[in-house]
Amino acid sequence: MDNLQNLLDGFGHVLTPMNLLIALLGVTIGTAVGVLPGIGPAMTVALLLPVTYGLEPTQALILFAGIFYGGMYGGSTTSILLNTPGESASVVTAIEGNKMAKAGRAAQALATSAIGSFIAGTIGTLLLVLVMPQVVSFAVSLGAPEYFAIMLVAFVGASAVLGSSRIRGFAALLIGLAIGVIGIDRVTGQQRMTYGVAQLADGIDVVVVAVGIFAVGEALWVAAHLRRKAAEVIPVGRPWMGREDWKRSWKPWLRGTAYGFPFGALPAGGAEIPTFLSYMTERKLAKRPEEFGHGAIEGVAGPEAANNASAAGTLVPMLALGLPTNATAAIMLAALQGYGLEPGPLLMEKQPVLVWTLIASLFIGNTMLLVLNLPLAPAWAKLLQIPRPYLYAGILFFASMGAYAVNAQPFDLFLLLALGLLGFGLRRFGLPVLPLIIGVILGPLAELQGRRSLQLSGGELGGLVGGPVAWVCYAIIAVVLLWPLGRLAQRAWSARSGGPDDGPDAGGGAGGGVGGAGADRSASPTSTEVTP
Amino acid sequence: MTILVGYIPTPQGEAALTAAIAEAKAHDESVLVINMSRDDKLVDAHRAPEADLGRLDEELSESGVPHEVRRIEHGTDPADQILDAIETERPRMLVIGIRHRSPVGKLLLGSTAQRLLLDATCPVLAVKAD
Repeated sequence: MDNLQNLLDGFGHVLTPMNLLIALLGVTIGTAVGVLPGIGPAMTVALLLPVTYGLEPTQALILFAGIFYGGMYGGSTTSILLNTPGESASVVTAIEGNKMAKAGRAAQALATSAIGSFIAGTIGTLLLVLVMPQVVSFAVSLGAPEYFAIMLVAFVGASAVLGSSRIRGFAALLIGLAIGVIGIDRVTGQQRMTYGVAQLADGIDVVVVAVGIFAVGEALWVAAHLRRKAAEVIPVGRPWMGREDWKRSWKPWLRGTAYGFPFGALPAGGAEIPTFLSYMTERKLAKRPEEFGHGAIEGVAGPEAANNASAAGTLVPMLALGLPTNATAAIMLAALQGYGLEPGPLLMEKQPVLVWTLIASLFIGNTMLLVLNLPLAPAWAKLLQIPRPYLYAGILFFASMGAYAVNAQPFDLFLLLALGLLGFGLRRFGLPVLPLIIGVILGPLAELQGRRSLQLSGGELGGLVGGPVAWVCYAIIAVVLLWPLGRLAQRAWSARSGGPDDGPDAGGGAGGGVGGAGADRSASPTSTEVTP
Repeated sequence: MTILVGYIPTPQGEAALTAAIAEAKAHDESVLVINMSRDDKLVDAHRAPEADLGRLDEELSESGVPHEVRRIEHGTDPADQILDAIETERPRMLVIGIRHRSPVGKLLLGSTAQRLLLDATCPVLAVKAD
């Protein structure tokens, strides 16, 4: 009951003209960037971070949460109309959604994804209200060793579970951790990896890293791939659904929600796995499985619900533990830190108004998104006709302005360019962006917790494995890391016994296999590995 | 001689094509249809769908004029592309469809029709949709 009371208070705070305006702005920007492939909510939040330093923290978070939710809606529009996922979470939607659009059922596909997103987002946010306080009360009892272990799980999960290959994932994570180490060590006061450059002593600001990797990296990548044929306009019409479509959609919506929320809440969650699982389930349960691959509405409804539910789920670890499970959440955490707020279980206790207003704004933003997306889908599709030079000129302008605004020193602009080149390299070689960003943001925190627990135990390594939570975490890490070895051993064994190893598991892992919101362009064609 | 048509899948484009066919029939000339789609956009509303180009081809065959349908996929400015084509093909006449534009719209986006009218080295026939 306490939660509901808090939530109602939150609604009271969010229902001011200014906050509603900011929520509307957030969901509008979010939908727009979701629609545009390659420009995701993570990049947008990073670009807007310096701009929002003038706002109250609550309002900034309302804006960011709106962008986050809006991106999930917008991404499906591009997936369905263009077969180019606007967002890594919509990779699966493209499989059936684009087939539906080609068969002249774009309106129904857009409708089922918008309504499904709304239902899943609302249920997911309700679950967030119910679950988060429980997680917080559990998390308050955790000590430094447990936190360290949970963060390690997040590292391993983000690197190994998502993305096209483990090696790429871990490489990206290590780059991120290395960037996170730069600066003065908080415990001993020594300078690390600064190479005598005075400007590096404070470390590299997260804004510069995020903007460099997401915005400049993406702009360079697009500049290197300029000559592409334009697509034709697919007539959209006003989204609507017939009775038959409703009947076929509502179960996938609920099942997708059931997949999405828990996966979003796990430290190695993200939206890619639940959308993929939802797609597989719908294909299995479908009354007319032969329709799959030719535009089955279930294949759009399920994954779209799953990705919005997972967006809600993502906020559980973010608000309760201070753990980001996707790139947008990671940058929102950086924003919290920028306001001098400490993310973690104490956030709810110290800033209850902020947390509950944010959650209330999610309900309102979700409703706004339904209104914005259902009748206006054709208008959003028009955004795709903006010439790329205009778009990326704007992005680069915002990127340099943001990076310069952080410390007002030109040095940051050089850093921005260098990180942009790094981001380009990541895309060129198919490295996922998410582990890098998580490494940069979570790395210093993990180091702090790790060293704190070592100080508590007087330098004994045994101090790191205190408590059952840590045991479970290390067990999970061991399983994730040893899993491929087990596979390898099994394959070697079956090869020796002469049995033909047909290996349907070869394509295992996360289907679309895409990390980070900005990186999906390079890897998006891999979604076709889902053979109908 | 040939008659060059700048075609886009709109009523104006259709009107231009009809006018060009009539011109070609009257003077026993051939028709060259050009559809330009910009490569710096993800989606270009002026790109004629494959089915559209097929229909054009049929219409032209039925009318009995010698013809060619060409699509230009690269470049960022349709006016440039058509002016280039005028240089290389040396048509007797260019046919385009025109429509009303607001001053602000012209200021922001420019007007392809205006550039063609002023810069083309051959006579330009500008037609309006009914």
